[in-house]
Amino acid sequence: MTETDKTASKRGVPLWVQVAIWVVLAGLLILVAVTLNKRQQGTVQPGDQIPDFTLKLYSGYEYEGKGEIKLSDLRGKVVVLNFWASWCKPCEQEAAEMQQAWEKYGPTGNVVFLGADYVDTEPEARIYLQKFGITYANGPDMATKISQLFRMQGVPETYFIDTDGVLQYVMIGPFSSVDDISTQIEKLLP
Amino acid sequence: MNKYRRSILYVLAFALLLAGAFAFVQDRIASGSVYAQGPTPTDDQVNAIAKQLYCPVCENTPLDVCPTEACRQWRELIRTQLGQGWTEDQIKQYFVDNYGARVLSEPPRQGLNWLVYILPPMLILGGAFMLFRAMRTWTKPVKATADAGKEDEEKPAQDEYVARLEEELRKQK
Repeated sequence: MTETDKTASKRGVPLWVQVAIWVVLAGLLILVAVTLNKRQQGTVQPGDQIPDFTLKLYSGYEYEGKGEIKLSDLRGKVVVLNFWASWCKPCEQEAAEMQQAWEKYGPTGNVVFLGADYVDTEPEARIYLQKFGITYANGPDMATKISQLFRMQGVPETYFIDTDGVLQYVMIGPFSSVDDISTQIEKLLP
Repeated sequence: MNKYRRSILYVLAFALLLAGAFAFVQDRIASGSVYAQGPTPTDDQVNAIAKQLYCPVCENTPLDVCPTEACRQWRELIRTQLGQGWTEDQIKQYFVDNYGARVLSEPPRQGLNWLVYILPPMLILGGAFMLFRAMRTWTKPVKATADAGKEDEEKPAQDEYVARLEEELRKQK
């Protein structure tokens, strides 16, 4: 190594700075990879245990008189969680069917229907609920926390959760008949 | 006497009419004060706040220019809140509470969000510093190395040439 080479290496970036830069860059790359991977995974998959969440409910759409509902409190019951929004036209295609299915299974006490209103305004949501005569528990997905938990891709989406809190079926898009909804519920009933 | 009585009745009827009219006007004035609306916020006032928000449904489109139904509802909500006297901060906070911090065009300066504000300038400054240092090493030592190299390269070649020339001359002698 000549004298000039030695001078150049002395003037270069210290080793610890180089290591730190590479570590930061590697960290950023891992972060990007993890995020992309999560996005590509799509919604939660059947067989996944659903983490607990709390849905705040609109006044007039409470569950057994309670203003909010916790998934873990519904163990032992089949839960049908429907994401919808008043601005969503495809949601209107299944709204009446969802209500009919609720009227069919609600009185048994073994099935709970939950409506999670996604990125909506309350006045418009109430108009929608009244328009389709919906009576089951409904509330806003506050800060879109629940939809993020399910890695929801759009509305409507309906999740069928069994009595142990395990996801069994996901419907992307609207149901076309009450029978289709009933078929999924029947599979989960004890 | 009858004439006198009739006059009194006229006066009483007039007084009743006047009292009724007064009560009606009072009622109208009162109802006017109850139901009077403030001036409706203009589109510009609504959009001044809307442009600081992004609807999660339509990513990368500011709320003020977003054409979807969901965004239209949000703008109407902002108009209603402005009409009710809400401040800009209150409205933004409402949207954050209901739809999450990702609706804000500028992430709030707290927690990990600080990285967004700190990392890019730090990386740019760090990059500029490294480039500056690298350029210094590229120019000065390279020149010195080049000069040294030139001498090193020329000397042996020249020596070899001179030696060969001398040898040839010697042979001719």
